[in-house]
Amino acid sequence: MADATATEAAPRSIPALLARNVARYGNRPAYREKEFGIWQSWTWAEAEQEIRALALGMLSLGVERGDYVAIIGRNRPAHYWAMVAAQMCGAIPVPLYQDAVADEMAYVLENCGARFVVCGDQEQVDKVVEVEDRIHHIQHVMYTDKRGMRKYDHSRMNALSDVQAEGRAGHFRYEAELDRRIAELDYDSTCVMLYTSGTTGKPKGVVLSNRNIIETAKNSCTFDHLGPDEDVLAYLPMAWVGDFIFSIGQAMWAGFTVNCPESPATMMTDLREIGPTYFFAPPRIFETMLTNVMIRMEDAGDLKYALFKHFMEFAKTTGEQYGMPRYRTQRSRPTLRRRLRWAYRFAMGVGFAVETIVENAVRGFFVRLRHPIEARKYFKARGPLLNLYPQPWRDYFSYRTGEVLIYAPLKNTLGLSRIRVAYTAGEAIGPEIFDFYRSLGINLKQLYGQTEASVFITQQPDGQVRPDTVGVPSPGVEVKIGENGEVYYRSPGTFVEYFKNPESTASTKDPEGWVATGDAGFFEPGTGHLRIIDRAKDVGKMVDGRLFAPKYVENKLKFYPNILEAVVFGGRRDRCTAFINIDLTAVGNWAERNNIAYASYQELAGHPKVYEMIGNEVAEVNRSLAQDPMLSGCQIHRFLILHKELDADDGEMTRTRKVRRNVIETKYADLIAALYDGRDSIYTETEVTYEDGRKGKITATLRLADAVVAPEQRMAAE
Amino acid sequence: MNAMTEGYVTPDGRQIGPVLMEMKNITLRFGGVVAIKDISFDIREGEIRAIIGPNGAGKSSMLNVISGFYVPSEGEVWFRGQKRGPMKPYEVARLGIARTFQNIALFDGMSVLDNIMTGRLTMMKSGLLSQALWFGSAEREENENRAKVEKIIDFLEIQNIRKTPVGRLPYGLKKRVELARALAAEPKILLLDEPMAGMNVEEKEDMCRFILDVNDEFGTTIALIEHDMGVVMDLSDRVVVMDYGKKIGDGTPDEVRNNPDVINAYLGVAHE
Repeated sequence: MADATATEAAPRSIPALLARNVARYGNRPAYREKEFGIWQSWTWAEAEQEIRALALGMLSLGVERGDYVAIIGRNRPAHYWAMVAAQMCGAIPVPLYQDAVADEMAYVLENCGARFVVCGDQEQVDKVVEVEDRIHHIQHVMYTDKRGMRKYDHSRMNALSDVQAEGRAGHFRYEAELDRRIAELDYDSTCVMLYTSGTTGKPKGVVLSNRNIIETAKNSCTFDHLGPDEDVLAYLPMAWVGDFIFSIGQAMWAGFTVNCPESPATMMTDLREIGPTYFFAPPRIFETMLTNVMIRMEDAGDLKYALFKHFMEFAKTTGEQYGMPRYRTQRSRPTLRRRLRWAYRFAMGVGFAVETIVENAVRGFFVRLRHPIEARKYFKARGPLLNLYPQPWRDYFSYRTGEVLIYAPLKNTLGLSRIRVAYTAGEAIGPEIFDFYRSLGINLKQLYGQTEASVFITQQPDGQVRPDTVGVPSPGVEVKIGENGEVYYRSPGTFVEYFKNPESTASTKDPEGWVATGDAGFFEPGTGHLRIIDRAKDVGKMVDGRLFAPKYVENKLKFYPNILEAVVFGGRRDRCTAFINIDLTAVGNWAERNNIAYASYQELAGHPKVYEMIGNEVAEVNRSLAQDPMLSGCQIHRFLILHKELDADDGEMTRTRKVRRNVIETKYADLIAALYDGRDSIYTETEVTYEDGRKGKITATLRLADAVVAPEQRMAAE
Repeated sequence: MNAMTEGYVTPDGRQIGPVLMEMKNITLRFGGVVAIKDISFDIREGEIRAIIGPNGAGKSSMLNVISGFYVPSEGEVWFRGQKRGPMKPYEVARLGIARTFQNIALFDGMSVLDNIMTGRLTMMKSGLLSQALWFGSAEREENENRAKVEKIIDFLEIQNIRKTPVGRLPYGLKKRVELARALAAEPKILLLDEPMAGMNVEEKEDMCRFILDVNDEFGTTIALIEHDMGVVMDLSDRVVVMDYGKKIGDGTPDEVRNNPDVINAYLGVAHE
């Protein structure tokens, strides 16, 4: 990085970065938190004072080098400070999911052998107290929020602010020791330990070194040109690697401001008040925001609704070109220029609207006066406006008008006005949703990452964003595709090891440093973008050797609001077929509007009109699959709509609503057979479990439908 | 539980202070109807005191007597060692008595914040003119009071509805806002008229926690009317039981629960 820091030694730990930021950005805001209705803020210098006091206090409590300090609570500056303070003392912070139940917490606390715990409030303290008699190594509990804590036994418990006060009081005794400990930290000492969510088995502690965090932060900040003028909203769980990278790694590296919401419930309001410039959210959040907008627009007045509809339709094709803020090519730009650009754009919008109306009225009047017959023909053919400018100009100006009327107010309502870079990751995002935000001029991009990589594996560069890829390898990351299509990576952010688990470490990370992601994917020829298809263990081959990626197809189907679940079959067969579950709310709503009467889920699911509608959607999916040379074999030839919803109570899904393929394949073997032997209908009996545990049977005659299959474009190589 | 002794210690270790308010032989008549008949009891500082009884027992009337809204036909109310005469509502508020209502009495069109600010009306002294011109003490006063109100909002965890008009809130939250408004007046004694009526289990639990926290955090004395026996028995330190305007029991929840008169009033008497 061509900064003025060439003379300084590059900081090699988070506390060292903090010291650098104090020197460089001393009076810029580092943390903000909304408390008592007001955004309280701390500059880098103030934050350092707080963190140092806390570290001194921790020393006085007896925190040793290599101790584990568990942190359980919502995003608050004090908790971020506790993490850095622990690092200062040579200890290792371990953030925990605050919504974990006491038992899950006990496992993690026991596994890392935490001697100190920082709790957010009474609720978290209660959980720790509950498991304390099972885990004997907890020595001291610190808590942030004093409410309701008065009656607790305080011999081994303190408020964080009291710990700080103690640290300040013991300033002379511990100062030298603290400086010594900070100086001991180097690039390879452990920065943080984060536990995986443990969907498969017990959670594993992922050890990340200073090198992992700082290198990753440095590379990703360069990638998106993040500078000290960014604002982020820290609202994602602190135990998740992303929050650590965004709110500590990148924030410390780039020196930007971390904003903490007042409470989880006020997140949306706080988002709007802060207007972050850099934002991360899982697809679910973007979906919810979009749904809220749509519902509120339904209730809006006719004029507003018409404007909204018109301009959103218009933005679909033009947003990418005219809506995006100018992509940065360097770290930051003077604010004044940005303001002027905004004013210019706004003026363009208003100006064009006025211009168009006035010009058209005046000229149109004379045109009609002079050539009444021709004018009528002309206007009939081209619409009421005169179209004085060439198309691209008109699009540009119309987009500006739309921005004044719709896009800017809408972005402001969503709290996304100032977004320069927004990321989504974690699961597939619906292309409709993705395009909605991009057409508004929000630079929403996708990234692909995991805890073991300190988040970043691939990212989409500005201007090369598409809903179906996850981008190119992040700077410093090498990605390769294994024999079976699995994605491997190697990067400076690659984790050190799984805590106390050498077998898992060995099986995930090979001696050369390549880590298996467990996901199957491929690089798109031509663009070099990575596309993730599915979990590697689910990807199979069809009889003729073509790739079979059920989840990829299922996700495509599930993007339709009418389809709740889909299960695709076709591994080791000659063609693909699917079970479809309709979404009762969406389809029920549709049925109501179209005067289709139905008495039960089963009847609605079997309705010919519903089959027709779903058939069209399946055909659309087939068309888009056919355009993809790798996956064209996954087109769905036949499908049926199930007579019952797939349910976790029947063991057909996991509690987190993931389809259990094996269970379904055995349970509905008769239906699958029917899909392949060409019958038109089948009679079936299914055992169901009611919520109280009783069992029952439902019977149905299901119709099997053929889907329209699009002509394939097969890969030349195959 | 001798009335002579100066305070007592509750089973969970809270120190209860001396008598804060004492009703002496209260009788309340509306024309020929006798709503309350010769009732005496006391409320001690820091205590949670419940008043229970079947419908029409005169509980709400009793609360109105305590709050000074009704003037008893006979008997005396003593507050902090002084006999209390008839009072205007603002005088009651200044004395440090605040209440919530059985039927929510909030300003529907105003935001939650504004509603709670009204609870601090008696603390604001600047005149109409300086308020309107936002001049002199008005601004400082507003800020001070807003800070106090924000503490209460934080305490009751209603930050997310701060700016929402009260009319749009669900019932359980309205009750909480009403509690917030009563708390904003920084009362010595808080009167709650059926704070948990019509709530679901979860809302009840929340409300219980808030009532206990208020008592614990601010040391506020609380007198409450409640129908949910489970709640009353868990929350309160002492319980007064009324039936047909008469006091039929007074004591700790356990004493009351085993009192034959109380059992009769609630379950009926076997006729012989």
